[in-house]
Amino acid sequence: MGMGLHDSQVSNPVLRWIDQRLPVITMIQKEYGVFPTPRNFNYFWNFGALAMINLMIMIATGIFLAMNYTPHTAYAFDSVERIMRDVHFGWLIRYVHMNGASMFFIVVYIHIWRGLYYGSYKAPRELLWILGVVIFLLMMATAFMGYVLPWGQMSFWGATVITNLFSAIPVVGPTIVTYLWGGFSVDNPTLNRFFSLHYLLPFVIVGVVFLHVAALHITGSNNPLGIEPTGPQDTLPFHPYYTIKDSVGIVVYLAVFAALVFFAPNYLGHADNYIPANPLVTPAHIVPEWYFLPFYAILRAVPDKLGGVLLMGGAIAVLFVLPWLDTSKVRSLRFRPITRVIFMLWTINFFVLTWVGAKPAEQPYVLISQICTMFYFAYFLVILPAMGRFEVAMKLPESISRAVLGAKAGLGGGPMPGAAAAKPMEKA
Amino acid sequence: MRLLKAFALSAAIFASAPALAAGSAPPPPNAHFSFNSIFGTVDRASAQRGFQVYKEVCAVCHAMRQLSYRNLLDLGLTEAQVREIAATFTVTDGPNDEGQMFERPGRVSDRFRRPFPNEQAARAANNGAYPPDLSVITKARKDGANYLHALLTGYVDPPAGVTVMDGMHYNPWFPGNQIAMANVLNDGQVEYADGTKATVDQMSRDVTTFLAWAAEPEMETRRAMGVKVLIFLTILGGLVYAVKRKVWADVKA
Repeated sequence: MGMGLHDSQVSNPVLRWIDQRLPVITMIQKEYGVFPTPRNFNYFWNFGALAMINLMIMIATGIFLAMNYTPHTAYAFDSVERIMRDVHFGWLIRYVHMNGASMFFIVVYIHIWRGLYYGSYKAPRELLWILGVVIFLLMMATAFMGYVLPWGQMSFWGATVITNLFSAIPVVGPTIVTYLWGGFSVDNPTLNRFFSLHYLLPFVIVGVVFLHVAALHITGSNNPLGIEPTGPQDTLPFHPYYTIKDSVGIVVYLAVFAALVFFAPNYLGHADNYIPANPLVTPAHIVPEWYFLPFYAILRAVPDKLGGVLLMGGAIAVLFVLPWLDTSKVRSLRFRPITRVIFMLWTINFFVLTWVGAKPAEQPYVLISQICTMFYFAYFLVILPAMGRFEVAMKLPESISRAVLGAKAGLGGGPMPGAAAAKPMEKA
Repeated sequence: MRLLKAFALSAAIFASAPALAAGSAPPPPNAHFSFNSIFGTVDRASAQRGFQVYKEVCAVCHAMRQLSYRNLLDLGLTEAQVREIAATFTVTDGPNDEGQMFERPGRVSDRFRRPFPNEQAARAANNGAYPPDLSVITKARKDGANYLHALLTGYVDPPAGVTVMDGMHYNPWFPGNQIAMANVLNDGQVEYADGTKATVDQMSRDVTTFLAWAAEPEMETRRAMGVKVLIFLTILGGLVYAVKRKVWADVKA
């Protein structure tokens, strides 16, 4: 195709004029309108859209919070209280933002779980998966720095503990920590740079999410059967089928979110963070926010500081190489009877890690965290590679439509019953 | 003497910081506060009495720096009453056009007057302990309202074998069981205008109610809005699900 105007199919003359010069309408129609999507998604496939919505909610509420927040050790706590008391609907904006962080992690953990269970990380979606892990890392950094901003006791001591982890790195560790702090302890320069980065990183996340979605639209979505669509009989146009199915999930998600915000806004938080930060008083138990607890448990499972830091980093890093650790050609665990059971145990193991992460570092909790940490890594490093070689998978269905519709689907080989897939395209 | 004072000071700091205290306290019993249930509201009469307790007893040592006198309007006091309350306090203002600080009667827009100008002054006057600011105290403690009520009504003589440090007081609900604050509530401590009998339990309930309101002044608005939002989402959810069924009807085999 040479230079010149885009061949637009839009009928409205104004929109066509735009679309000929910048084919955004054509693009949206292609990527979100007729985009061929496997017909057999279950509700686990809602969570990508939910994460997108959640990101937008966080950015929107965050912008308004930043208008009223003061990033200074002497004023931060009071400025948050002023938001809660004197800013119009400030309490709503802040509680949505605060619980939005928890909702974001709930949604993303389920999204990741979905990917693990249905093998969404396997070829050809390795890069799509890796971009997802990058988003997860960015989210963790953003959430951590956001939690520091109210400058309560847990803000201060959480920041102190977590930034101190970098000091475990040989030779350059202490220097890195000094640069993170902007001084020799967590103080005003730390708060200032965390605020700056907390505002910046969400937009970096938006960028990586764009790449994540772009990569998705090259390979297409995985599905509960883990087999590729073989033709139009296996897919449906994204709109209206999945726009409406996602909408159902969005309303349920908003209801859970609202229940938290309006009826238990501090349920997932820690009371100590309503005590202004005091560098002279150390809380008895310094615990991170609930969504970091599994990794915190892994960190504390090893008595050695550097070892703990490496294991914690490894717990995320292992996800980057997961596509090559799992050597099975079968994606969905539905067809892998042994791995499926072990993965369910791994899921329970993850919950146990969360629970034990909130406990003090004493017996029997240390032992439990050590066992759970071993299993966490064994699943990725030993079980998955071994299962790929030894497990006998169940027989895969011939096609999505055959599996969904039964034997009828195979008859005739023509277009699908009811021509469901074609219908919305006629409208478009 | 100096050494003794230093010891008392460090001991008091140690014990007044609940997070630092080594021991743990049992979870407080449920005092069945009206605002603690999911759709609960704040008992206005109780909270107003609680403000009186705060003003006459707690405010001697504890600041509430996030609150202004105007906030009392939300408790059901009239503007005239709030004006009158504010005017009973003397506030340092300035500098004026001559560059001098001056004193004037409080206005409704003023913050609650703080008993001490700074933390050092507060510690100096309290045997080294720092009486915490009470603005968000029920949010700053686990199960805050029940904890406060248990603490305020929980002063007892130390059990046999327990030695209480100099200047400290025994309270089983306080982490570590030794608290710098003395028992301040005694029957008839305040005289309620509405004729309510000022028992220790009553005053403790009232002041806890007041403090719970002060920590979350948005609580009632929040819950009322939450009910509307959830009703809306339920209806919307039903509609969206019906549309989903309709759209997907022709896909099923």
